[in-house]
Amino acid sequence: MSYKAKFKVWRGEGGEGKLEDFTIEVNEGEVVLDIIHRLQATQAPDLAVRWNCKAGKCGSCSMEINGKPRLGCMTRMSTFSEDETITVTPMRTFPVIKDLVTDVSYNYEKAREVPSFTPPEGVRPGEYRMQQVDVQRGQEFRKCIECFMCNNVCHVIRDHEENKPAFSGPRFFIRIAELDMHPYDVAPDRKETAQGEHGLGYCNITKCCTEVCPEHIKITDNAIIPMKERVVDTKYDPLVWLGNKIFKRSK
Amino acid sequence: MEIERHEYDVIVIGAGGAGLRAAIEARQQGKRTAIVCKSLFGKAHTVMAEGGAAAAMGNVNSDDNWMVHFRDTMRGGKFLNNWRMAELHAKEAPDRVWELEAWGALFDRTKDGKISQRNFGGHEYPRLAHVGDRTGLELIRTLQQRVVALQQEDYETHGDYEAYIKVFQECTITRLLKDGDRISGGFGYWRESGNFVLFDAPAVVLATGGIGKSYVVTSNSWEYTGDGHALALLAGANLINMEFIQFHPTGMVWPPSVRGILVTESVRGDGGVLRNSEGERFMFNYVPDVFKDKYATSEEEGDRWYTDQANNRRPPELLPRDEVARAINAEVKAGRGSPQGGVYLDVSTRLPAEEIKRRLPSMHHQFKELADVDITAEPMQVGPTCHYIMGGIEVDADSGAASVPGLFAAGEVSGGMHGSNRLGGNSLSDLLVFGRRAGAGAAAYLDGLPARPKVDQVQVDAARAEAEAPLQRAGENPYEVHQELQRTMNELVGIIRKAEEVSEALEVVEKLKERVQLVGAAGTRIYNPGWHLALDLRNMVLVSECVARAALLRQESRGGHTRDDFPGMRPEWRQKLLACSTEDGTSITIEEKAQPAMRDDLISLFDRDELSKYLTDEEMAEFDRIAKS
Repeated sequence: MSYKAKFKVWRGEGGEGKLEDFTIEVNEGEVVLDIIHRLQATQAPDLAVRWNCKAGKCGSCSMEINGKPRLGCMTRMSTFSEDETITVTPMRTFPVIKDLVTDVSYNYEKAREVPSFTPPEGVRPGEYRMQQVDVQRGQEFRKCIECFMCNNVCHVIRDHEENKPAFSGPRFFIRIAELDMHPYDVAPDRKETAQGEHGLGYCNITKCCTEVCPEHIKITDNAIIPMKERVVDTKYDPLVWLGNKIFKRSK
Repeated sequence: MEIERHEYDVIVIGAGGAGLRAAIEARQQGKRTAIVCKSLFGKAHTVMAEGGAAAAMGNVNSDDNWMVHFRDTMRGGKFLNNWRMAELHAKEAPDRVWELEAWGALFDRTKDGKISQRNFGGHEYPRLAHVGDRTGLELIRTLQQRVVALQQEDYETHGDYEAYIKVFQECTITRLLKDGDRISGGFGYWRESGNFVLFDAPAVVLATGGIGKSYVVTSNSWEYTGDGHALALLAGANLINMEFIQFHPTGMVWPPSVRGILVTESVRGDGGVLRNSEGERFMFNYVPDVFKDKYATSEEEGDRWYTDQANNRRPPELLPRDEVARAINAEVKAGRGSPQGGVYLDVSTRLPAEEIKRRLPSMHHQFKELADVDITAEPMQVGPTCHYIMGGIEVDADSGAASVPGLFAAGEVSGGMHGSNRLGGNSLSDLLVFGRRAGAGAAAYLDGLPARPKVDQVQVDAARAEAEAPLQRAGENPYEVHQELQRTMNELVGIIRKAEEVSEALEVVEKLKERVQLVGAAGTRIYNPGWHLALDLRNMVLVSECVARAALLRQESRGGHTRDDFPGMRPEWRQKLLACSTEDGTSITIEEKAQPAMRDDLISLFDRDELSKYLTDEEMAEFDRIAKS
């Protein structure tokens, strides 16, 4: 069942690096992260990779496999042919620390800029009453494992470092949407701050984020578009404008 | 090179549920707090908890209360639990869960809008607050977001997010520092740069989780290398109950690369059943005497229980985890296992496909993606996996204080709460209850501290030399040493133990100690996993020795410690705790300590018949005296 696979893995630190070739054993049922671990144990003990749970629950092992953002632990080797060369590179949107490990501090800085859950005064713990149907909408976004692949793939910042200060990315659009939909959140103007302070208007709904989400969260349809539609009253957004025009015409 | 230095009131090592809850408490009590964790913030092993947090809120069955929860916990732990911890836990868990809701957590709901609660092994009533089967993620994210909320408050007040609480992520502590008897700080390195860092702090809360990475088949992540257990030992604290390791009955068994990954107990709580290769629901054959009157004796009764709990007894698939794990092990050994060496766990014939996907979304996803198995259409193959260590740092129940002044511990790294076996769902609630208590304990300790302990440069230099050593020698590959340790513990100190095998493991561990001294790490200091593993090995070997030595001494079978050569519980052993310590930092000595007797009002919560299965004759005479008065 086992065979030798050809891998190209990006290796380097301090802003320099290159793809290195490896030939390595692959066994039945293995995932790309298993192969990276085998490289560490047998050929490259200092090969840097982040991982924790190896079960698709923690979002640590985000990488780009043949150019596509993927979790290493959820990418089965059986999805490749045995003669295929598999190329593994770090996430492109974030600065590389070493090998497959990137500096994702951008995401933690953006997280701090989203005002926290704000319950109304006077509701004591234990007194919250919510219906399942009302929490379910927010729960979809709370499935997020913070792999940051949505932010990695987003073309607004993927090759545009200059947009980073004004743009928080899909990860934090779903965070804002989740708070906005929370039955007890009373913070004012969630949608307006998404537009004004987090750069919602930069998004032109290419849905790349939804496509790469390992939790299958409908980031664009269920978070971004509903927020865009509702801020249109106060802010000009060319896409909503265009959408409305097309919609009217087709009537 | 000058070492980066930080001064804090409290450093919390570990950023899982216990660590974050401790840090939140310390900060809320006005202490400057550092959270130091090996991984990124929000990635801790707590995210993998699936089933829920046990808290007797009584939302689904109003007969539930703290006394029922206390009894279930003591029973689950085979009465070896620190009863004061079990009491505090049962009393305070509801408040801790409700508090999360006020911080933004979105639990699943009952029809009347309260937090929903699900059935779980060993819990008499539906008790686990949950979010589908990803409760741990909800818990960690809520606590992470609470930390951020406090940072936002500090930004408003002080203009600095990190004025009172700062996360040092991807930073590993390798030594605790002391001034005389007292804690004075910690020494570690940044994974990213390999540079060293010194924390000058009079209080340290250890919340580093468990030790599963000393085993081959484990549900634990790479971080579970027993760091906190080892740091505490090296600082002079005791570890208790180290022989008790929980093998979760249902880990994945195939494909090989995912062997050990957890299959949540919720599958059984929601109706899933265990069958052997002959199609038999074998758990009916494995109900031990102590639980005979609490579990169904026929499939029909067990099945009726899901809809009518008042008039039926629960199915034996919901026995405590140690019982189920041993039963699966026995079925496989008897040749009635599945092709890949497990047994069948089937929910596909028990619930409609849509219901399975709604209640168990992450299990559905996990089997589909990793094993090509659709759990709505076919059974899963499952087998025991090393999941949790009941043993840990001996602490004061109320404050989380270890015997070393200034040292506190909470969560899996602490010992006592769960006795010889933890009930599912009691871990997430443990983290919250004792995380908060350890944070408060550290704050109170600081308030009573006459003078700030000083960092001793000699200790810093020694810690630095120890940490640098693997980089400076061309030694053995640390991955090979790690694999041999894992194989040894898995095969010789696993779910079923024998004196000869455990003795053999101890001989291997002795040799591994020497090899650990000689491992080398190739490459630079920057994000070098080989070097990090070389340093973690010291902890894994030290803790493995504790497990093996205690396992050899305890001549009975109880909870997470099963001796083939000493089957059955022995009441005189229930009164004994085995406390591990080290004098020289490399070898472990064990001392027997007496288990304190339960407070009168607590022991009176149990029936005489039940107690007589666990207690010695003298203890029963004492119980009769209490009952009379």
